[in-house]
Amino acid sequence: MSLLTEISEMLQRGKAAEVKNLVQNAIDEGTDPRVILEEGLLHGMGVIGEKFKNNEVYVPEVLIAARAMNAGSEILKPHLADAGVEASGTVILGTVKGDLHDIGKNLVRMMMEGKGLEVIDLGVDVPPEKFLEAALERNADIIACSALLTTTMTEMKNVIETVAGEGQRDRFRIMVGGAPVTESFCKSVGADLYAPDASSAADAAAALCREKRAG
Amino acid sequence: MRFTELAIDDSTGLIFGTAPRPVTSGRGLTVGGGQVYPELNFTLPTMEVNARTYPEIKEIYRNTVDDVLTRAAALHVEGIVVEFETLLEMTLEPAYGIELTEVLVEACERLSARYGMKAEVRLTPNDTRDYERPPRMRNSPYLENMLRLFDEGAKAGATFLSIESTGGKELHDEALVNCDIQGVVFALGVLGVRDMRFLWDHITKIANDRGVIAGGDTACGFANTAMVLAEKQYIPRVFAAVDRAASIPRSLVAYERGARGPDKDCGYEGVFLKAIAGVPISMEGKTAACAHASPVGNVSMAACDLWSNESVQAVHLLGGPAPVVSLEQLAYDVRLLNESIRTRQSLLLRDMLVGSDIPHDPQALILAPDSVIRIARAVVAAGDHLTATLAAVGTALEIIEEAVHDQRLRMDPREEAWVTMIREQLAQIPHNEDLFVEMMQGRIDSGKVLLEEYGL
Ligand code: B1M
Repeated sequence: MSLLTEISEMLQRGKAAEVKNLVQNAIDEGTDPRVILEEGLLHGMGVIGEKFKNNEVYVPEVLIAARAMNAGSEILKPHLADAGVEASGTVILGTVKGDLHDIGKNLVRMMMEGKGLEVIDLGVDVPPEKFLEAALERNADIIACSALLTTTMTEMKNVIETVAGEGQRDRFRIMVGGAPVTESFCKSVGADLYAPDASSAADAAAALCREKRAG
Repeated sequence: MRFTELAIDDSTGLIFGTAPRPVTSGRGLTVGGGQVYPELNFTLPTMEVNARTYPEIKEIYRNTVDDVLTRAAALHVEGIVVEFETLLEMTLEPAYGIELTEVLVEACERLSARYGMKAEVRLTPNDTRDYERPPRMRNSPYLENMLRLFDEGAKAGATFLSIESTGGKELHDEALVNCDIQGVVFALGVLGVRDMRFLWDHITKIANDRGVIAGGDTACGFANTAMVLAEKQYIPRVFAAVDRAASIPRSLVAYERGARGPDKDCGYEGVFLKAIAGVPISMEGKTAACAHASPVGNVSMAACDLWSNESVQAVHLLGGPAPVVSLEQLAYDVRLLNESIRTRQSLLLRDMLVGSDIPHDPQALILAPDSVIRIARAVVAAGDHLTATLAAVGTALEIIEEAVHDQRLRMDPREEAWVTMIREQLAQIPHNEDLFVEMMQGRIDSGKVLLEEYGL
């Protein structure tokens, strides 16, 4: 079994210590850090993400794998930076103002990170200005808003208006989701993207970032 | 633990409509006294809650409750509870919550008098302490307004006071998605129990001072979250089932501190509380599909005293406003239950409700009357709340394992490994709170959980 396949498999089994060692071995062997990331870590997360989507594994299994991925990424990060590799995209994520539901949002973060995206999680009860401020500060690609209440989903419109009000609407893609949110609601408030669940949110965000960065 | 024996110790006694300690309201609505009544809750459609929208909100509440009660009278509903589960802004700014309580109480009084019906309001403020992360359970700046809403809402005429309190949830959320039973037991059996004692001393004092009834507190943010996650196949169903069992001693604390029921709808642990404390309970199931999916749609009805829709948005459907439609469904459910009582066939109906659900899901299995009595017995024999939590989880696991073994429960093969994992983790928990706190201390992130806010 190649080292990269082994990294991927150990990651899928959530073996953080093993993943860390294997990533170090791969670096020591002179493997390109970009290849370790893509064919080792992201490959492993991709497999587990697919299994989750198909209801073959539960969230705790995905979380263990995500922790193993983080362990490997910690070792890899300085080498990626040296090689000039950037995250494939940056997402500002939060639950909108007045809303404290965050279990779904946390799953979205986990799945996005598994796609190699950098996620800045602002937590819950996030006012529109804070979304914008973080997006500007981190030069983000996407602002992603989660809401679970019919009385707070309207806050998404305020986020969009705040971003537009500051003349920044073209700079960021805005993504919305959460149990009461629908495709038509997304359109009605002028958001760019809606995803019904964490896996599709991560897929869509990764695709959007790819597209955006390709120009 | 205050309760050392069961109020209902034979499973045939655990049945809808009758509780050993019924509760009677000022208007004479007796819950648990031989009949089942509907409990209706509604919430707003998609809109903001603020000073600008408030006049419209008031109109929505006023019109909806009128429509609901008018339809109830047309269907010859003799008694009904209207639950006012506030939205966050209505507790953060109690003036909203108080005035809307007045609106609902006024309608209940007016239409009760007009139609000879007994309509009462249950007021459920939000646990706004959760607004701050990490929450300061005892020193929260949000506590004062929350208690003010209880007090002034009671003064405004709410009959029953309830809450879905959140003590321990900041740890439980994470334990749940990691299927960490040690975290779950600590969150519910230690933190939750301690916070319930603190909070319910306040609520029962308010209820006593105002001459209203302290209803009860559900572990909705805990075990119902587990149920929703299991329904989405995010966590194993067996984990959601044991999470429910772990919530029993926590929710029992309200009754140890003087609450009288009816227990609130969104806590399926209510059946255990009825068996232990003898209090009447509200339950929700198939007729709450407007609010969330559930694997316990029928079995949850087996021992209800109030039958609830949990929550429905005040939107318009072909049949009329959704809350009225929902009331109609509840009213027909309740008619059937009461007719079975009248014709002495209630046990038969109860057993059908139970039998139709329990082969399909471990969460349903543990709500079957035989399981309830067995788990409740383990709880009251335990001596303290932590031991009771462990006993409840252990007994629930035993019941599930036996049913799988006897092929009375269909379980996804993916779930089986979890039974063993839960058992192994459970066995490592000391039956002593001090030792357990010591064991968990290293694992608890002080940025997320403030143990001192639980008196630890
Ligand atoms: C950016 O792009 C994206 C893309 C996809 C995105 C996305 C963003 N965000 C999410 N997704 C998507 O991916 C996720 C994974 O696949 C999915 O996320 P979800 O979040 O949908 O799914 C989660 C994985 C699992 N689902 C959940 O975690 C939510 C489950 C239910 C039961 C729920 C829970 C757990 C809670 N609650 Co709340 N709660 C309910 C929920 C019932 C329901 N039917 O949803 C709901 C939403 N709550 C409700 C209510 C009323 C309330 N809650 C409240 C509180 C709570 C708890 C604290 C107890 C707890 C939250 C715990 C937590 N840390 O999040 C209160 C409000 C607090 C506040 N201001 O937010 C309170 C007001 C109750 C009270 N009396 O205090 C109802 C809303 C009614 C309405 N008018 O909208 C409710 C529908 C329950 C009900 N049936 O009545 C997708 O939606």
